[in-house]
Amino acid sequence: MKLHNATDRIEKEIVLRAPQARVWRALANAEEFGAWFGMKLEGDFAPGGSVHGQITLPDHGQVTIEIAIERMDPETRMSYRWHPYAVESGVDYSSEPTTLVEFQLEEVAEGTRLRVVESGFDRIPAARRAEALRMNDAGWAEQLENIARHVAS
Amino acid sequence: MSLHSTGWREVSRTAPMFAALGDETRLALVARLSSEGPLSITRLTAGSPVTRQAITKHLKVLATAGLVSDVRRGRERIWELEPEQMEAARAYLQHVSKRWDEALGRLKQFVED
Repeated sequence: MKLHNATDRIEKEIVLRAPQARVWRALANAEEFGAWFGMKLEGDFAPGGSVHGQITLPDHGQVTIEIAIERMDPETRMSYRWHPYAVESGVDYSSEPTTLVEFQLEEVAEGTRLRVVESGFDRIPAARRAEALRMNDAGWAEQLENIARHVAS
Repeated sequence: MSLHSTGWREVSRTAPMFAALGDETRLALVARLSSEGPLSITRLTAGSPVTRQAITKHLKVLATAGLVSDVRRGRERIWELEPEQMEAARAYLQHVSKRWDEALGRLKQFVED
């Protein structure tokens, strides 16, 4: 179904000017993953295992994230499940459906092509999606305030 | 700032919409109207194991959520999507998508430095 696909998944592709082994380490090493993603993670990524962490991005509160690793094929493929936008502190998301995040690496002339697919959004509860929309608006309000401050100073 | 209150209005506006889409028959109806354009009730019922009455009931649920509307053309009712509402459903994915763009931008800086 056309609509189903349109709302169920996100696909991204980026070429990174770095060797495949370097990009793999940035994904597979929990500490490095957290460094660029904006999370403080405890423990190591291993297939079948879960790693917990806290979001460290400035516009988030005290939010705990759980990453359940499904697959790790050295330097080529990694996948995990999580609760997308589990960003409301004090809410137990554990009974809600998760999305699947898949990373695929491929060596190209310029370095490494990374493909990211996150799927399963159609099963995410309506209330959660609505919450994300609200957060999006709040984010924009914040941006506008920043701009206002910037031009006023 | 008033944008915060806009956000809350968005919640009350989109919640019934996702609830209306949380049914396979209704999702299939929306998918058909999305790919084939406006259709009569006869066309929507043709080849479906669901009765005409049931289809009409589902369409009314979708109409209440603001996802579809109908116009009378001759003796038939023609149903079509309300594109503005469908756009709101995509806003969520755009939001998540933007977050990925930001994260991948940070990854690029991280591995290329």
